[in-house]
Amino acid sequence: MERGRARRALGRLLEAVLASRAEANAVFDILAVLQSEDQEEIQEAVRACSRLFGAMLERGELFVGQLPPEETVMAGSQGATRKYKVWMRHRYHSCCSRLGELLAHSSFKVKELALGTLMKFVQLEGAYPLEKPKWEGHYLFPRSLFKVVVGGLLSLEEDCSLLLSQFREYLEHDDIRYHAMQATSEAIARVTDGHPEVSWSARFGGRGGSRADAEAGHRQVPLAFWNNTFTLLSSVSLPRQDSAISSFYVQRPGGMGVGDPRPVQLDPCSFCVLQEHRKAFQQMWLSFLQHKLPLSLYKKVLVILHDAILPHLAQPSIMIDFLTRAYDLGGALSLLALNGLFILIHKHNLEYPDFYQKLYGLLDPSVFHVKYRARFFHLADLFLSSSHLPAYLVAAFAKRLARLALTAPPEALLMVLPFICNLLRRHPACRVLIHRPQGPELDADPYDPGEEDPAKSHALESSLWELKALQHHYHPEVSQAASVINQALSVPEVPIAPLLELTAFELFEQDLKKGSESVPLEFIPAQGLLGGRDSLCAQYFTLS
Amino acid sequence: RTRLPGGGACQGELGVVVRAPPEVPRPRASSAPREARRARGALGVVVRAPPDAPVPRSALAARVGGSADPAPRAAARREDMGRARSAGARQAPGGPAGARGSRPRPNPNPFEVKVNRQKFPVLGRRPRHDVGLPGVSRARAIQKRTQTLLREYKERDKASVFADRRLGEYGRGVSPEDKMMRRFALEQQRQHEKKSIYNLNEDEELTHYGQSLADIEKHHDIVDSDSDAEERGMLSAELTAAHFGGGGGLLATKASQQQGEAEKPKSRKELIEELIAKSKQEKRERQAQREDALELTEKLDQDWKEIQALVARKPPKAERRDKQEKAKPDAYDMMVRELGFEMKAQPSNRMKTEEELAKEEQARLRELEAERVRRMLGRDQNQGARRPPHMSADDLSDGFVLGPDDRRLLSYTDGKMNVGEEQSPEASGSEGKEQGNEDTSEEDPEQSSGPDSHSDLDSDTESEEASEAPGGGQRPAGGRRGPCEGPGVRAAASTELPYTFAAPESCDALRSLLAGRAAEEQLLLVERIRECSHPSLAAGNKAKLERLFGFLLEYVGELAARDPPDLGAVDRLVVQLYDLCQMFPEAASRAVRFVLRDAMHDMEGAVEAKGRATFPGLDVLVHLRIAGLLFPTSDFRHPVVTPALLCMSQLLTKCRVLGLPDVVKGLFVCSTFLDYVSLSRRLVPELLGFLLRVLHMAAPEGQGPGRPPAHPCRALGKSAGLLLVSHEEDSASWQSGGLPLRWASGLSAQTRTEANHARLSCLAVCLGLLRRCVLSYGPLPSFHALTGPVRVLLEQRLAAGVHPPTLQELYQGVLAEMRAQDGRCRPLVCERSKPEPLKLFTPRLVRVLECGRRQGGSREEQERRRLVHRHRREFKGAVREIRKDNQFLARMQLAETLERDAERRRKVQRLFHGLAAQEGEWKALKRKRLRK
Repeated sequence: MERGRARRALGRLLEAVLASRAEANAVFDILAVLQSEDQEEIQEAVRACSRLFGAMLERGELFVGQLPPEETVMAGSQGATRKYKVWMRHRYHSCCSRLGELLAHSSFKVKELALGTLMKFVQLEGAYPLEKPKWEGHYLFPRSLFKVVVGGLLSLEEDCSLLLSQFREYLEHDDIRYHAMQATSEAIARVTDGHPEVSWSARFGGRGGSRADAEAGHRQVPLAFWNNTFTLLSSVSLPRQDSAISSFYVQRPGGMGVGDPRPVQLDPCSFCVLQEHRKAFQQMWLSFLQHKLPLSLYKKVLVILHDAILPHLAQPSIMIDFLTRAYDLGGALSLLALNGLFILIHKHNLEYPDFYQKLYGLLDPSVFHVKYRARFFHLADLFLSSSHLPAYLVAAFAKRLARLALTAPPEALLMVLPFICNLLRRHPACRVLIHRPQGPELDADPYDPGEEDPAKSHALESSLWELKALQHHYHPEVSQAASVINQALSVPEVPIAPLLELTAFELFEQDLKKGSESVPLEFIPAQGLLGGRDSLCAQYFTLS
Repeated sequence: RTRLPGGGACQGELGVVVRAPPEVPRPRASSAPREARRARGALGVVVRAPPDAPVPRSALAARVGGSADPAPRAAARREDMGRARSAGARQAPGGPAGARGSRPRPNPNPFEVKVNRQKFPVLGRRPRHDVGLPGVSRARAIQKRTQTLLREYKERDKASVFADRRLGEYGRGVSPEDKMMRRFALEQQRQHEKKSIYNLNEDEELTHYGQSLADIEKHHDIVDSDSDAEERGMLSAELTAAHFGGGGGLLATKASQQQGEAEKPKSRKELIEELIAKSKQEKRERQAQREDALELTEKLDQDWKEIQALVARKPPKAERRDKQEKAKPDAYDMMVRELGFEMKAQPSNRMKTEEELAKEEQARLRELEAERVRRMLGRDQNQGARRPPHMSADDLSDGFVLGPDDRRLLSYTDGKMNVGEEQSPEASGSEGKEQGNEDTSEEDPEQSSGPDSHSDLDSDTESEEASEAPGGGQRPAGGRRGPCEGPGVRAAASTELPYTFAAPESCDALRSLLAGRAAEEQLLLVERIRECSHPSLAAGNKAKLERLFGFLLEYVGELAARDPPDLGAVDRLVVQLYDLCQMFPEAASRAVRFVLRDAMHDMEGAVEAKGRATFPGLDVLVHLRIAGLLFPTSDFRHPVVTPALLCMSQLLTKCRVLGLPDVVKGLFVCSTFLDYVSLSRRLVPELLGFLLRVLHMAAPEGQGPGRPPAHPCRALGKSAGLLLVSHEEDSASWQSGGLPLRWASGLSAQTRTEANHARLSCLAVCLGLLRRCVLSYGPLPSFHALTGPVRVLLEQRLAAGVHPPTLQELYQGVLAEMRAQDGRCRPLVCERSKPEPLKLFTPRLVRVLECGRRQGGSREEQERRRLVHRHRREFKGAVREIRKDNQFLARMQLAETLERDAERRRKVQRLFHGLAAQEGEWKALKRKRLRK
């Protein structure tokens, strides 16, 4: 009841303002409702404002040009129409800024509505520009208004991912995307100017990181901002082809209808060229990545890097700094960074001499136990897939992997043994590792596991004794996989893709299912829980 | 035309048989009918019915065959000849020409040899008729016809035929003795056949000139059959005198005797007559006497019969008494009867001596061990699966070897099972306490933000945060059921156990049955359940016992999960489990696998949720241990053992060590693991990793080796320094000994000293296991790479030297063993693979078109054509033979006619001659008369 009345009252006010300029002061009432606490009222008010100023914009009842301060105009002696327009433009301005504030409102509905309204204003302002074009046909994008929108989206305090996903729809349009990219770069610059860099402890997460974060919270750029920014950035996707830039959200001025876009060729403005988009894209990402980001964001960026970012950059090799920094962080990040580097080397002719050495350095005993094992070996397989790698390098990798396999769990062994064999298959020069007919007997393994440079590790002089040892592994399939080297290797490579994701539990289930045939039994009778005298359990444990 | 019995068969005697025209012997390619005919011809005396009409020449051949079809016999003859001809030809060219059969004739007449010259040699064609012996074959044909056709021709008007069927009468090469022997044998046989074959007492009757020798011996015919028995054998003087005394002597005595009575001497004839009359009279008298006796006897019998009626009244009572006696037989009789019917003691195999038993046992064990080794190496499966046998091009795939399939390795086969798996014991969470509530981790806000959260990349964070334990209560706590429900009631009754038990239908039933009893009683109880429901007693018992295994396993898990664990009972029950497992291997394996899967599932769930699991309760460890006891652990692949190995590997890598109990559990798993692989000496990297981890726990802070150990071996956060002895003085009082398993389920109430001692014990066990590892992995080629980290650590620890001397010795020992291993590396060489033979396929045979051969048409068509061709050839041959027969007959008839004419002419001549002579004489007389 109450609500209905309020809506009717707002409707009346709206009618009145639109009907005659004499009732213009009712705008204040509407704007006052915008400040309300009740979210329903706010929504009503936002809708009213949307209709009101939409109509105003279409009618051209807002002042066009450089907006003078309100007081001077009011005090001045210009015409009443001009005064009215200037006054109304000021109201419009305050309405927009209020809507910008509402983007941080607690209720998502309000946020959504505010965003929709603002974007409607952006569209209308583009069609009926509030600035005088410098020349005929000059295309004016309502940058200032749009900046408010972007600024509202990149909130410092809270996570705006939902709102950003709404905003993603607008990013389908090329002009919005272009300007969003620009606005984002500016917003990042503005925010980081005001704040110091993220502290190192925060960057590494982990223990104590959160506490340090909390201490330095008022000085640093908050995490939420980076997350929001990343969400926005990652939702920007450039078209692949030049000709695809044809959808515009904001229409040209000049009185034509909304559904009547002018041909692009006639308007040589900057954002109609894909190259410009790329520049803006690159600028945006650079401005983002040049800062020291939280660790989790590194991970996310690196994950989408090869796929969503690198192809669209105007000059991809500038990412090398970022990638090098990421590599230094260690762990999975190093691997992802190497993936980026690999793409740069592979597709963009980047000269990066230590790539394989770094990859070699990543191989440590933990690699079989971490969760990103499958990804790691997928990428390692990719990196080592070239048949033009030098033999010493491949031998070093094979030897190192074999050495590491001595501590690996069976499910990893099932993957890494074919991996090693594939390496040997690809590089016949490395087959000396498993077949050295007239080799001298050695006192010790010539391979140096501590050496970081694969070239100096003497891997080629060694043999894969580790695989020989693994032929005695307790798991039958591992033993079989290791026994492959007993014969000359068959020519076709074994696909390791299905083995990458194998977990111990799956392996266990497989083994359980296999045992449907007869069950051999122990023929020595059991003598008790700990077994006979020669069993180790009886030797070291007592029942009591 | 009737047929006499025995006609047509070999009779061995001369027999005359009126015979119908012979059943047509169908001449075939095979020689069997011909043989039969020959035999009959040899032995059968056949009288043919006289021919109805004089045989015309052309019809003769037909009649000869005995049927309207003249062809067969002629064909047979022809075939005979052809065969002989070809046999002769085969031996031909320069050599001897075969005369009869294949008997070579040493020196053939070269003029008889006719060579069929070949104009040109044709490759692949066998010349069959290159050399012929026309003269020989013609002679043979004539001879043959003379024997067959001519004979028939000559006998054409004869009504009967004489057939001599005596055995071997016309057989050549049979000596007369042999012939007689055979005949005798045949006769014996026939006689034997005729008489009752069941009459065993019958002896063969020997004859002499057709008379039975037995009869001859009895002299039946000699002795007067009418004479009485008294006289038999006794020769009266008169008789002797009459028979043998000769005329003179007898007469003299008689005469002297009779001379006194009657002067008148009697002639010899009178004497004899008198004698005869006398003897006849005597005979008559005797006869009369006998008849009198007979009459008397009959009379007596009649009298008796009359009296018998009187006597017969008496017996009934006596009879009744007899009957009563029969109804109530004597105990002694009964016993005798019983003894008579009692089963006789069967002779049995003799008891085996202890030595033999031991030997058998040894042989059995050796066999089982050989089987175990074969499974350990796992060779049979590999090769069987990998290489299909090479199929040769000439292989007819008939080389089946139906040998026993030796892939079934089960030595104790005991049926299948259909047991529904009951729920396995939920692993009870005794570790719930240890899972502290240190849940202080800040949730990574971005952890679940994106759709692709790349959780695998979060591992770093997690591994570093791993020390903070998540909130407890992850495990289902329902596994802990009150084990002591109602023991009070039972306690009183438990003093004496009943002897029969129904097999429990659920684990609860079993639990309530066993609850509150002592270990021995539990053992006894389970044993009685087993005995009461032995599969041989009732149908459903097998399923019951199979289920019992599952329940027992569950119950054992519960016992182990108690606080404190009742390991003594478990220890006893293991034997029962083993026995049950031997009875039902498949059910047992299913139950054990179920339990293992449960444990793995729990662990997997924990790993999924938190990235790391905690050590499960003692029950899982006990189950693993039991699995190793029940099944052969050295198999290359085993349906139960392989999953159990994986399960232990997971325990050692995925589970965190949070306190001393975890160390004990881990060490127990390690030693179980090592027991598993003790025979097969398989490599277990996880084991070394865990031992290294334990060693790191015992290392003082900041003293670790330069290179950090591998990830799972890293002594993580809280567990670092877990095994450090807090007070030096405690290590002095420590004494090495076995680790009690109950520590695994928590050692809460411990003094500081005890804790330190426990640490040292753990360390000692760890070193012991390590030493064992070193010993069994020593021969592996990359042994030093395998044990490198451990070695480095040990050397540093040794340098630190803070441990009691016993431990120091252990360190020394392990290090010494390590150093003693041969570090020499032989370069690897692939096995020389055999050159793969080219795959050969059976060639496809395509018939090449040949000129002059009819090849078209289907198979049936070809067959038909072949038969037609053959028929035509046979037909031609038969016609030719018939023609030759007719020529032969004509020749014979001509010869006959000529002979007859000549005879007639001769007779006529003779008559004329006689007449002429008569005439001449008559004329001479007349002339003489005229002259007179």
